[in-house]
Amino acid sequence: MEQALQQWLANHGLPQVVYDWGKMLLVAAVIAIGFVSLTALWLIYLERKVSGHIQDRLGPMRAGPKGLLQTVYDAIKLLLKEDIIPRQADRLLFTLAPLAVVTIAVIVFVTMPFGRKLIPADLNLGIVFMVAFSSVTVLGILVAGWSSNNKWSLLGGLRSGAQMLSYEIPMGLAILTVVMATGSFRISDIIAAQQNHWNLWRFPVLGLVAFLVYLTAAVAEVNRLPFDIPEAESELVAGFHTEYTGMKFALFFLSEYTNTFVVCAIAATLFLGGWGLPFGAALAEHWPSLKPLIESVPLSVVVFFAKTYALILLVMWVRWTYPRLRVDQLMRFGWKFLIPIGFGNLILMGIAMVLTQ
Amino acid sequence: MSVPTQAPAAVEPRLATEQLTLNMGPQHPSTHGVLRCVLTIDGEIVRHVVPHIGYLHSSCEKMMESRTYDQILPLLDRFDYLAANFYSLCAARAVEQLLGLEVPPRARWLRTLVCELNRIASHLVWLGTFALDLGATTVFLYAFRDREYILDLMEDLCGARLTYNYFRIGGVSADLPEHFAEQARWFVDYFPERLVEIDRILTGNRIFLARTKGVGAISAEQAIDWGLSGPMLRACGVDFDLRRAHPYEAYGHVDFDVITRSAGDVLARYEVRMDEMRECLKIIAQVLDKLPEGDIRTAPTGRLRPQGETYSRVESPRGELGMYVVAQGEATPYRWKVRAPSFCNLAPLNVMAEGCLVADLVAILGSVDIVLGDVDR
Repeated sequence: MEQALQQWLANHGLPQVVYDWGKMLLVAAVIAIGFVSLTALWLIYLERKVSGHIQDRLGPMRAGPKGLLQTVYDAIKLLLKEDIIPRQADRLLFTLAPLAVVTIAVIVFVTMPFGRKLIPADLNLGIVFMVAFSSVTVLGILVAGWSSNNKWSLLGGLRSGAQMLSYEIPMGLAILTVVMATGSFRISDIIAAQQNHWNLWRFPVLGLVAFLVYLTAAVAEVNRLPFDIPEAESELVAGFHTEYTGMKFALFFLSEYTNTFVVCAIAATLFLGGWGLPFGAALAEHWPSLKPLIESVPLSVVVFFAKTYALILLVMWVRWTYPRLRVDQLMRFGWKFLIPIGFGNLILMGIAMVLTQ
Repeated sequence: MSVPTQAPAAVEPRLATEQLTLNMGPQHPSTHGVLRCVLTIDGEIVRHVVPHIGYLHSSCEKMMESRTYDQILPLLDRFDYLAANFYSLCAARAVEQLLGLEVPPRARWLRTLVCELNRIASHLVWLGTFALDLGATTVFLYAFRDREYILDLMEDLCGARLTYNYFRIGGVSADLPEHFAEQARWFVDYFPERLVEIDRILTGNRIFLARTKGVGAISAEQAIDWGLSGPMLRACGVDFDLRRAHPYEAYGHVDFDVITRSAGDVLARYEVRMDEMRECLKIIAQVLDKLPEGDIRTAPTGRLRPQGETYSRVESPRGELGMYVVAQGEATPYRWKVRAPSFCNLAPLNVMAEGCLVADLVAILGSVDIVLGDVDR
């Protein structure tokens, strides 16, 4: 099959490099999109179950065992729905916006540290890459809000722009604190530095503060309650995606859950030691026979997902517990509380590092 | 986290900005039915809001004029579908006043019991939807879970869960079923814990306080001028409750407090309604203890052809529900005017919402506790 394809390409005068690149792109796309959509489907199911149990009910139970197929059915329903573009909307931007949002959500996975030796690309500026790309999402949302030509969408888009830009800063500060403590932007270095000591406990309070600042800003970044004002359904109908239907709506939904996964994964990587087993180094020292197991790839993947999902559950728990902040309170909280704390923490971390050197 | 509750002061505009007219409703998730509000907004700040009503108008008052008095009661249940008993109670009392009919004591106590159960159910729906407006989805589910117990009780009693048609002219339609008293007592024991649960998840929450404290405040004078009643009025510090001021049915014989707060804002309304539910439980417990034996209905004889004019009023969960009936000795009334509490409470929306943010408007609308069936009739 492979050879036949290569032969066919050669017969048509195309060089080998076309085949190589094509194959690579195809594999990457399948893995990225497959993984991303499965993660989103699973997270939506999880959210329904978690919210159900928090709210004293069962959540989906009918479609498939324990309702496992519910989100699959929903996805099929959304795929089959009529794709409506409002007459007054800007057709091009209206179509591009969800694509932009979802593309960015997928791109971030390029530096996702799934496990030992399992980083698609271990860039020397990995963490910057992740943050930089995840912050472009706001562009898609602004465009979506604008191109819908709907006042509610516009308000949602504006809120979203203001919010995401404001919360980017404390998030960046918290990440910078970690980078400073580690001395590297490379994700594998950051994880390696936490082998014995999670960043969460680094200079006991400072790491914890940075973690809390990061997590709060990250929840705001992905527009989840209590910071979901861009799409506050009881105020703005559905915010920036009010006018979207069918697959385009599904793409927004997909990117939202993908981003939730991404920010929780970053938090697990930066603060909770990423793929490293807690006390892994100490255990390996104590029982040398366990060393291969502790350092094995499958275990590191399990550990990474366990940490990420623990954070996702935390974020979901918060969502189903708290009411929503108001837009001015949200901005004030970001600028007057999180940013000063982030800066203060960064400076203190610097001082602490100089003093302990 | 210090979160000021006041809307930001207007900043001298450096850019040429324009006010935007925004149509909120009639299809909007938090207008509690089909209310349409036309907002004039400046960014996120609401400069003016006009409620447009009538999307659920069903000409009910006119329909009364072609119904006999017995037929009117079940129809009235459809007005305020969350507190159906209060409408039929008010109507039954109006006809009884016209006929000079004496209601047996047991029926009066039963009416009190059912009304208080209904009040809790109605407040629970309000609590759930209000919390939902603020984004607290879980409280909504908790409130509806507990309301279910009351609906079950009502179903045992009269077969219906929403539009009960339990009251009759001269009494009630059925006596308590076998296990009703036990189940009601169980609910009286069970429910306070659930209220504490809601207090824990919502009342003390800083975000919740920041969203409600000082928002949509209205003074006692304004409240009286606008003819507010019920929890809206009591939240402004006016101690007025028809159950206490003009006791009807068995309210003169039970001991309960009239809950008031002084702030007049969204939080005060919330607190008044939460505490009222506790008072309802007190009343229910007393009624179950003191329920007298005897007949449940004095059935009027012959065709009802009352004559005269009367005004009857009851304290519904939303405020003073009044009915002004003009009867001219015929089988149907000449005029049946309803003073709907939701309608009056909604009127000063602009007074409460001017200068607030869009998100506050949603909170204010939620705190008014409107039922569009009651507003539009």
